Amino acid sequence: MSARPPLRRRFLAGAAATVVTCLALTACTSNDPEDSDDDSNDTTAVSANDDAGDTVTIGFSGPAADHGWLAAINSSAQEAADRYEDIDLQFAEGTNDVNAQIAVVEGFINDGVDAIVLLPSDGAALTEVAIQAMDAGIPVINVDREFSSPFAARTTVLGDNYGMGVSAGTYACGLIEENDISDPVIAEIAGIDALPLTQDRSQGFADALESCGEEVDQRQAAEFTVESGEEVAASLLQAEDKIDIIWNHDDDQGVGVKAAFENAGRDEFFFIGGAGSCNAMDWIEDGSMEATVIYPPTQAADGIKLARLIAQDKGMSDLVQVEVPKRVVLNAPVVSADNVDEYRDLCFES
Amino acid sequence: MSQDSARVEQAALESDKEGNPVLALMRTSVGRNAGLVVALLLIVVVGVITAGEQFASVDNGLTILRAASVIGVVSIGMTFVIIGGGIDLSVGAIAALASVWSTTVATQTMAEDTHWLVIVGVAMAVALACGLINGLLVAYGPVAPFIATLAMLASARGLAEIIANRRTQIVRVDGFNDFLRGDFLGISVLIWIFALVSVVGWVVLNRTTFGRRTVAVGGNPEAARLAGINVKRHTVMLYVLVGFCCGIAALMITARTTTGSSTHGVLWELDAIGAVVIGGTLLTGGRGTVVGTVFGVLIFQTLFSVFVQNNLSSSAQQVARGAIIVLAVLLQQRLAGSTRTSNTSTRASAPGPTAPPTSVA
Repeated sequence: MSARPPLRRRFLAGAAATVVTCLALTACTSNDPEDSDDDSNDTTAVSANDDAGDTVTIGFSGPAADHGWLAAINSSAQEAADRYEDIDLQFAEGTNDVNAQIAVVEGFINDGVDAIVLLPSDGAALTEVAIQAMDAGIPVINVDREFSSPFAARTTVLGDNYGMGVSAGTYACGLIEENDISDPVIAEIAGIDALPLTQDRSQGFADALESCGEEVDQRQAAEFTVESGEEVAASLLQAEDKIDIIWNHDDDQGVGVKAAFENAGRDEFFFIGGAGSCNAMDWIEDGSMEATVIYPPTQAADGIKLARLIAQDKGMSDLVQVEVPKRVVLNAPVVSADNVDEYRDLCFES
Repeated sequence: MSQDSARVEQAALESDKEGNPVLALMRTSVGRNAGLVVALLLIVVVGVITAGEQFASVDNGLTILRAASVIGVVSIGMTFVIIGGGIDLSVGAIAALASVWSTTVATQTMAEDTHWLVIVGVAMAVALACGLINGLLVAYGPVAPFIATLAMLASARGLAEIIANRRTQIVRVDGFNDFLRGDFLGISVLIWIFALVSVVGWVVLNRTTFGRRTVAVGGNPEAARLAGINVKRHTVMLYVLVGFCCGIAALMITARTTTGSSTHGVLWELDAIGAVVIGGTLLTGGRGTVVGTVFGVLIFQTLFSVFVQNNLSSSAQQVARGAIIVLAVLLQQRLAGSTRTSNTSTRASAPGPTAPPTSVA
């Protein structure tokens, strides 16, 4: 990493200071270059936004970091906050118990923090307490798992889950055409089905497949953990003698899915992943995985940066608008052997 | 006061003549609860020192109580079943099933057409039915409580997932939300419910035949049977009682989150058992206190608050929680152990008890 030429470093630093998130409409592919930069001192501000302002207290709470993607969410949020001396981060680390997470948010309200960045363990279940925070005048930045009411968040940052499904489905259609597969067997291993994001991904996948006249033949849901991935994939392989394409929503559970493939000695299919872990990048490089669809683990970091801007009454310097947008949807590009080098730096350890 | 703990107190007071008065006091139920108060105060003091006014504020106190209320109600039920010699691992799953069943589109439509109490009725009916199944299996199966309730844990949560289609169901019945999310005298209705359940629980355990029978059945089921107690029927009633508490807790978590979900209540069984155990209830049955359980719940919730206020990770909190459980149990064993020795020393002529203190009673 440190061998990168200085010019690129400067470019990255500049980009870090300005473009953090990409609107879904824009075809921007750089996600969050910060992560690749270990040295925090070389951030050269190109807009006044990075200059130290009033110190703001930001409360952050997310689900338990029980898989790599969520661990990366936490660490990148922490790093983003460390980068600014005017951020005082109240970091209430993970719990999957909605009761406890509600208590955490109520605590933030009591403490009168300037902004709250919340990755709810269940969007709908945390909606009411987020509305309470908003009513108390504290802007809430909703990350990744969406609230069920538009009144619950000042700004929502999320990956394009539907788009992820579309990317995977479109890529699958391309594979079918390229390899001239007739009557392909397509399998899908989803994440936690209770989450709207999983439902969105599956819907996008189904819609994209429909456009090339295909459909999902086998669909099973795992729970984002390695253990559940292995279990579900093993039973899926039992159910189908021959599979042509498998889309697995999540590279963390993908470790287990991959283990199940190896245990069963099966590799006749194209294996497409999701999220973009370092393991997935390795597999793509060594040819044991066809592609993966990026779902950025830096969205909480984006949330922290936006929370800071909102609390300091600043806008996003790349937009003409005075205020931070209401909704930021990150792009979901496909990483395959062709472009894995470009995305290597953005991967997360799982 | 239960006969059993009265006996322990008696023994403690007898040994007082020769022993350390502080230790003797610790052995009484009042003393044990005093120990819990001290532990809770210590945590509060640490909180005030490290987090200052933010921790000591009334709002934070209410936040702690609101969060403690849900798991507290479950823990009261758990106290009874553990005193009665059983255990219920299915409390979280029952709550999840009740929350899901009572928030389906059909139930909510019915509730909107008639009254929001329909939701309450459905949740309670589901939870009581689950409790009844547990109780019948344990009493008449007979299936070991651990296994019967483990089976309920798996199947109730599975059924909840099927009914909810693994989605989160949002409650749109205003009357329900308005009532359970509301305040009474400036204090959340949830906290009042916890207080009410605790008081009723204390009265039932300490002042009714049902409570005395629970202690007797847990302490020595054979002796209880010979004394004319219908042990099987009583066991069924204990599990129904836990189901009742789970139904209330399901309504509370539904109101708190305004959702019913199959993911509610994950690991509640461990939170509840943990609170019951540090409250001084013996896992072997036959002895326990409701007051201790309330303190156990408050200790864990306050600890959580101290950790959050100090920006400490939940992983560190888990370690602390584990340590507290072990310390509490070790302390209890020491107290129980010294009671036994003092029994022997004061009644030298009596045959020395060799069994654990529960069977002494």
